[in-house]
Amino acid sequence: MMPTEIWLIFIISICIVGSIVALELKDILSSIIAVGVVGLGIAVSFLILQAPDLAVVQFVFEIFAVIILVRAFLKKDYHKEEPSTINKVLVGVTLITLGAIFYLSLSVFKLLPPFGQPLFETAQYYVQNGATDTGAANLVSAIILDYRAYDTLGEVTVLFAAILGTLTILRIKKSKNSQEVTNEK
Amino acid sequence: MIVYILCFVLFLVGLYGVLTKRDLVKIILSVGIMGYAANLFLILFAYKSDSFYPILTEGKENLSRVDPLPQALVLTSIVIELGTTALLVALAIKLYQKYKTFDITKIRRLSG
Amino acid sequence: MKNNQGMSIIVKTVTRVSVWLMVLYAWYIILHGHLTPGGGFGGGVIFAIAMLNVLLAYGSEFTEKWLKIRLLHDIEAASILLFLIVGILGISVLGGFLTNFILKGKLYELISAGTIPIFNILIGIKVAMSLFLAVLILAKTNIENGGEV
Repeated sequence: MMPTEIWLIFIISICIVGSIVALELKDILSSIIAVGVVGLGIAVSFLILQAPDLAVVQFVFEIFAVIILVRAFLKKDYHKEEPSTINKVLVGVTLITLGAIFYLSLSVFKLLPPFGQPLFETAQYYVQNGATDTGAANLVSAIILDYRAYDTLGEVTVLFAAILGTLTILRIKKSKNSQEVTNEK
Repeated sequence: MIVYILCFVLFLVGLYGVLTKRDLVKIILSVGIMGYAANLFLILFAYKSDSFYPILTEGKENLSRVDPLPQALVLTSIVIELGTTALLVALAIKLYQKYKTFDITKIRRLSG
Repeated sequence: MKNNQGMSIIVKTVTRVSVWLMVLYAWYIILHGHLTPGGGFGGGVIFAIAMLNVLLAYGSEFTEKWLKIRLLHDIEAASILLFLIVGILGISVLGGFLTNFILKGKLYELISAGTIPIFNILIGIKVAMSLFLAVLILAKTNIENGGEV
């Protein structure tokens, strides 16, 4: 086994533990921070997997997501997970089903190529001709903004739509109503 | 192969959260975890041993590089994930203002 | 309502200095997107975090006056339009949508790679403005009351 693989096993195990902790804690602030740990672990594993571009973006996005979630859900009184009304049977059935899925899919992973020997061959064209075709040293940015710029246009449109949806949902008659509330008090 | 399996376990943990949790904030966090696992799996699948990052540096043009294409795909996917998270947060806040609870079973009962 | 007043004077003074350093770093990341890791997405988020710093330190009322929210909305919409216009210019010059039609220049130089730095700048502005506006509207929303139609 290569040292890269050992490091990855270590970091992904931390991520799994972090996500279980995040889901099982009753306290919402702790859950959000635990998910932040998972995201930063993913950023470190991107760095180990030779993707510094993704590591930078994942790192700043994780910080931003944690700020959004904390700002949104912790306003005045401290929010705790409400005592669950779910019965234990449903949790048991879900766990057994997920375990069965995991056990049955183990044989699929044997069919995959071993770690570190990918099947993709199109990369060779980009690596060899990317710099001369586009003039950019960063091949990832050459792909997203030149070879596949149409993809990026669609992505920007999706982001625009998502943010527009956020603004629309939260803005409905908000200013008027809050003024009335303050006047009544 | 162990790395792939661990990544799949991370995905299943997120799926477990979506299926069993009744708190809206927990569900949003679980969806985020599933997104992380999917992104990580694409990058794991593209890793080539003894290769370097796909960013050329002066004088070292001929080194072996990892595949830049999945990295470009994941880069856009991360951004969209954040936009979706913001949208989900807005919906959750709106539901809370209407029903004064984050529990989805109670929300269903109140809608009548 | 108390949250809208912002934090103490120490935080405000430190913020006033450090915001410009963060904006400078964000522009460094955006402009070197075709040479080093980063680019429009990462730099745009750092830009948004810099503006978010102002929001957290000074409160939403001051921020809305200082940053001219209408202008930010216009910039956000204009950046996506400029992206399309640059793409359509590619049709008229080289015959393909979003083609790299400007001279490539020399590898490893700041001004090179044709339209890639332009797209990086536009995407950086777009990401920064849209994320900041989303956080601003989340910060202004009172989760307890208000907003009920």
